[in-house]
Amino acid sequence: MEYYLTVLTLAGINLMVVLGLGLLTGFTGLFSFGHAGFMCIGAYTSAILTVTLKVPFVIALIAAGLVAGAVSLLLGRLTLKLKGDYFLIATLGFGESVRLIFDNIEPLGGARGFSGIAKNSNFVSVWIVCLIGIFFLVRLMNSRYGRNFTAIREEELASSTIGIDVFKTKLLSLFISAIYAGVGGSLYAHYMTFIKPSNFALIKSTEFTIMAIIGGLGSITGSVIGALLLTILPEVLRFIADWRMVIYGAAVVILIIVRPKGIAGGKEFKDFFFVVWIRRLFNKRLAKKDPGNGGKL
Amino acid sequence: MIKVLEINNLTKKFGGLTAVDDLTFHVWENQIYGLIGPNGAGKTTVFNMITAVYAPTSGEIIFNGESLVGKSSYEIARAGITRTFQNIRLFKEMTVYENVHTACHLNTDYNIWDSLIHNKNYKSGEKQIRQEVNELLERMGLYERRDEVAMNLPYGDQRRLEIARAVALRPKLLLLDEPAAGMNPDETNELVKTIRGIREDFNLTVLLIEHHMDLVMNICDQIVVINFGKEIAKGTAQEVQNHPEVIEAYLGKREEELLHVDA
Ligand SMILES: Nc1ncnc2c1ncn2[C@@H]1O[C@H](COP(=O)(O)OP(=O)(O)O)[C@@H](O)[C@H]1O
Ligand SMILES: [Mg+2]
Repeated sequence: MEYYLTVLTLAGINLMVVLGLGLLTGFTGLFSFGHAGFMCIGAYTSAILTVTLKVPFVIALIAAGLVAGAVSLLLGRLTLKLKGDYFLIATLGFGESVRLIFDNIEPLGGARGFSGIAKNSNFVSVWIVCLIGIFFLVRLMNSRYGRNFTAIREEELASSTIGIDVFKTKLLSLFISAIYAGVGGSLYAHYMTFIKPSNFALIKSTEFTIMAIIGGLGSITGSVIGALLLTILPEVLRFIADWRMVIYGAAVVILIIVRPKGIAGGKEFKDFFFVVWIRRLFNKRLAKKDPGNGGKL
Repeated sequence: MIKVLEINNLTKKFGGLTAVDDLTFHVWENQIYGLIGPNGAGKTTVFNMITAVYAPTSGEIIFNGESLVGKSSYEIARAGITRTFQNIRLFKEMTVYENVHTACHLNTDYNIWDSLIHNKNYKSGEKQIRQEVNELLERMGLYERRDEVAMNLPYGDQRRLEIARAVALRPKLLLLDEPAAGMNPDETNELVKTIRGIREDFNLTVLLIEHHMDLVMNICDQIVVINFGKEIAKGTAQEVQNHPEVIEAYLGKREEELLHVDA
């Protein structure tokens, strides 16, 4: 039981980062291989706040998001004017730099890591934060801001000629995305109680991107599926020991061939056929009770 | 009458090639103004300079008395100039409705917090936009197709959707780059009616690039003809049509092209 909860908690922490990454990559069309860097900044920010400054965890959690967000604004100002692939390379460099910087800050333990963090997060608190994260993201995507993100992904030039400030909108997407990653980092630090810079290496950023792609870009449902599946899968495969990561890799390759648009394929939960079917059933029943509303909920 | 757009001595060089060469013309309020010329004459480049896709090499672009040179594309759209593209640039994977819905983003003023907490500002703003989108789709004859994905639409409807998206910003000046390209004669006639109609309904000024001579002659109040980036004639349809240089450069060439296609 304990073991299952641990896996699901880690899945929730990954989900928080993948939700943010999904906003940037799936909805805005910008790839990032530096999200572990934002997670790292969030993790260290909140660890310093709770351990050294004795700040309550909830405040440290929010601060972790805001500090990661603030750093993303700096990074974005410098790099978002670059065309597509150059931004990706800049994020890759950013992620690695963050890791190397923390490697060399001795007062924070350097490469040996930072220990003695209180275990403030657990299965319940992680998933409450995730649900709030999903809730806000759904609302954001149903606003003019969300539509502008998607417009930029679809057609950048046309976006600017309908009055979208492309640079500012990308910066907003990166900012919110980094907040999610920073909060994820804080949850991670306060669940593991020990963090070290190598927890946030390039491989971690790559994993998040794989989760977002396998789940399905451009879908919040996809982020949830991707984060859950790819956190749980390696655990399920633990029994085959050495071959575990080989099978994991093969599964990723097969999934991307079978479903190139990801498992959710750009759709949201409410658009899946069985959900639509259940909703129709409900609508019919309601229509019978109250024919006046035309069968709509 | 008011001068909406002044193009003065506008020049654009791409390396050694002068795509637009010292071009001058003025568009007055509520006109439908035609910009015509053979392929490669520099017409699209003029649109690209007006909308800041390219910076002019020299010359002035003045909109309602204000210079546009140095502004960004989004600022120009917000100032009241919107456009369509010769090679359609829709938000391909969005539906017809979503394409227009997105373009209405400036017709409301709720902020990001309003959209997260769903307060009155957000709700009334979204409600107003929804109504506007539906009205506009109805007006453009796209209402029946509102849930179709843009890239699955027939060509003619894609062109109309792009016009709808441009009009959604409530512009003062609408730039149409070969709106009838790829349309059959029926669709073209329908398009002429639509362009005239939206000019009345939305009090628009229209600057139009076109290849179909009959459409241009039929709809434009004033025309400027260019070849190799230079003006060769200016005036009403009648005046331009009988201009010897136009016949040589444009109509002559067109016949050649037609013969080419037939052969
Ligand atoms: N971005 C560019 N770089 C180099 N040459 C260009 C560019 N855009 C247009 N041109 C050239 O400028 C000339 C005018 O092109 P264009 O304005 O598209 O013509 P039209 O729209 O009248 O057919 C053509 O010779 C074209 O090859
Ligand atoms: Mg052209």
